[in-house]
Amino acid sequence: MASVDMQPMQPAITGRHSRVQSMRLNSLVGRTAATIVIVAGAVIILIPFLFMISTSLKSKNQLRAVPPPLIPWEATMVEVNGRMEPLFRVTVNSGTAGGETLEMALVRNQPGGMGVFVDPNNPAESVTLKIAGQTPVRHIEIHPENYLEAMTAVPFPRYFLNTLIVTFVGMAGVLISCTLVAYGFSRFRAPWLNWLFIVLLSTIMLPRQVTLIPVYVLFQRLGWVDTLLPLIVPAFFANAYDVFLLRQFFMTIPLEMDDAAKIDGASPIQTLWHVLVPQAMPVIVTVAIFHFLYAWNDFYEPLIFLHSRDNWTMAVGLQTFNALYSVNTHLIMAASVVMVIPPVLLFFFAQRQFIQGVVISGVKG
Amino acid sequence: MRQIRRSRLSLAQKEDLWALFFISPWLVGFLIFTAGPMIMSFYFSLTRYNIIDAPIWIGFENYLRAFGRDALFWHSLGVTLYYGSLALPLGLVAGFSLSMLLNQRVPGVSVWRTIYFLPSVIAGVAVAIVWSRIFSPQVGILNPFLERTFGVKGPGWFTDPNWAIPGLVIMSLWGVGGGVIIYLAGLQGIPTTFYDAAKVDGANAWQRFRYVTLPMMTPVIFYTLVLGLIGAFQYFTEVYVISGGSGGPQRATLFYNLYLYQNAFKFNEMGYASALAWVLFLIVLALTLLVFRSSALWVYYEGEVRKR
Repeated sequence: MASVDMQPMQPAITGRHSRVQSMRLNSLVGRTAATIVIVAGAVIILIPFLFMISTSLKSKNQLRAVPPPLIPWEATMVEVNGRMEPLFRVTVNSGTAGGETLEMALVRNQPGGMGVFVDPNNPAESVTLKIAGQTPVRHIEIHPENYLEAMTAVPFPRYFLNTLIVTFVGMAGVLISCTLVAYGFSRFRAPWLNWLFIVLLSTIMLPRQVTLIPVYVLFQRLGWVDTLLPLIVPAFFANAYDVFLLRQFFMTIPLEMDDAAKIDGASPIQTLWHVLVPQAMPVIVTVAIFHFLYAWNDFYEPLIFLHSRDNWTMAVGLQTFNALYSVNTHLIMAASVVMVIPPVLLFFFAQRQFIQGVVISGVKG
Repeated sequence: MRQIRRSRLSLAQKEDLWALFFISPWLVGFLIFTAGPMIMSFYFSLTRYNIIDAPIWIGFENYLRAFGRDALFWHSLGVTLYYGSLALPLGLVAGFSLSMLLNQRVPGVSVWRTIYFLPSVIAGVAVAIVWSRIFSPQVGILNPFLERTFGVKGPGWFTDPNWAIPGLVIMSLWGVGGGVIIYLAGLQGIPTTFYDAAKVDGANAWQRFRYVTLPMMTPVIFYTLVLGLIGAFQYFTEVYVISGGSGGPQRATLFYNLYLYQNAFKFNEMGYASALAWVLFLIVLALTLLVFRSSALWVYYEGEVRKR
C-alpha cells in the first residue's frame, strides 16, 4: 500500500482454489486438535446469533428465566379448579404411589420451600413436597407475533424502505461513478493523472470527521438536512476504495482488447461499456456488495443527517427503539433480526465475490 | 509535417479531455466534499461557531483549550488508546492463530470460514444491541455461564466503569473473522518451496513458522495493524449504542470520536469539534507514518529481494 505504482493484482485467491501449501500439521493428532478448536470457536461465534433469534421468539414471561435458556422454554400449565397452575414431574415416595413419578400441578406454596401438589385429573388428592426436588414440566413455546409487534411499535417498515432507498440509489451512484473514474485512471496516460491518483489514494487516510462539519453546514444551507439526500448524493461522486479496487482490476485486462474496439470505431464510453465492464463483472459485484453492507449498516451519517422520526434508516430506528423500549428485549431482538437478515442473506448468496473482495481490497471487512 | 504534428497534439488533447471527463465525478466530488470542506474545517477550528451565528475568529484558542484545559479531551484519548492497546494485539493474535488453524487440512473449511466471517457482515447497531444483552447482568447469558463454569461472579460489564472497555474488546473479538480471510489469503500465497527448503535445512515446525510464515506475513499484519489503529480512533457506532450516546458509565466509554460528535452535534461547538477533528487527523497521520517508517525494520516484502 505504500507506493502508488501498484502492480496489477493477481486473480483473487480463495481457499478452495489455492495452491498446495505450506505450514500444515500432518499428524492426525494435530489436525484433530485444530478441528476441535475451530469447531469450538465456531460455536462461540454462533451463540450470539442463536441468542438473538431465540430471545426474539420469547414472551415477556419467558425472558424472566435465569439463566436465560437458548431454547425458548415455557413452563407447562394445567387447569386445576378453574385456575392455571404450573405442572411438575414429581416423585412421590409415600402413600399409594410409592416411588412413582407423576405429573402434578403445584397449587399452593408452603413455608420452608414446600408446595402442595395435586393430580390435575383428581384435584382432591394432594401431596406436600419440597418444590426444589421436583422438575417443572416445560415445552417449547415460540412467539412469532413479537415480530409484528416490534414492526408496528415504531415505523420499522418505513425505516426499512428508507434504508432500501439509501442503499440501492447510492449503489447505483457508486457503480456508475466509480466505474467511470476507474476507467479514467487505468486507460489514460496523462502525467497529471498520476498526481491526481495519489491525491485520490491519500483520501483513504482522511478521517471523515475532518470534512464532516463543513459538509453538514453545506447540506444545511441546501436544505438537505433531514432528507435522504446527504446519504445518497455523495455516492455519485466516487470514492477512493472502490475506484482503487476497480482500477486494479481494469489494469489486468489487456489493452489489446481496447485497441480492437477502438479500431472498430468504438468511443471510449463504448469501449468501457462493451469491453471492460463485462469482464470486470466479478469486481463490480464485489463493489456493489460492499456498498450494500456499508450503506445498510451505517449509523454515523444517518444519525447526523436525519432528525425527524419518519426519515430514519433501520440503523437509527433500531438504536432509538433499543433506547426507548429497553425492557422489551424480545421485541428489540426481533427488530435486530429483521435488520440483520438482508446482509446475512446477501452474504450467503454472494459468498465467493465477498471473500474475493475482502482479499483483493484487504480493506473493508 | 506541421499539420501532422498539430493533429497529433490535438489527439493528445482529446485524450486528456476524455481522461478529464472520466475522472470528473471524483474530481468534482473531491472539490465539493473533500478539499473545500477540509479548508473550511480548518478555518472553523480557529473560530467559535455554533452553526447559527457567523463564526467568530479566536485563533488557536480551540487547540489550546483541548491540550491545556480540557480534561475530557485527554480522557477520551486515554479511553481510545486503552481500548486500542487491548483490542489490537488480542485481535491480531486471535485472528492470526485462527487463520493458521483454518489453513490446516480440516474437514469443512469453507463452512467454518463462512461462520467466522458472518459477524463482520452485520457490524454496527444490531451487534452492539445483541452484545449489550449478552453482557447484561439481568437478561444476559455471559454472567450465568461464568458463574456455572468457573464459579466467578461476572461484573456488570457495560454498567461498570471498569469493565465497559474489556466488554467492548470481547465484542470486537467476535468479529476477528473478517481479518482471518485476509490472513488466510496471505498464508496461501506463501510458496511451498520455502517450506520445502526450510525442511531440507532441518527446520522444525516452530522454526518454519518463525522464519518462513511470520516474515512472509508481516506485510499483511502490518497492514491490518495500521487499519486497526485508525479504526480505534473512528470507533463510534457500538459505543454510541451501548452508552446511549453518553459515553457512560461515568464516561468510561467516552471514545475520542464520540466526544467529537458530542461537541459538534450535542453542544453545538462546531469550532471546537473541528479542532478535535484536525487533531484526530494529525494523530491518524502520525500513527500511519510511524508504522510505515518503522515497517522497514520489521516488514518483509517479497519484491525487495529482486529490487536492485
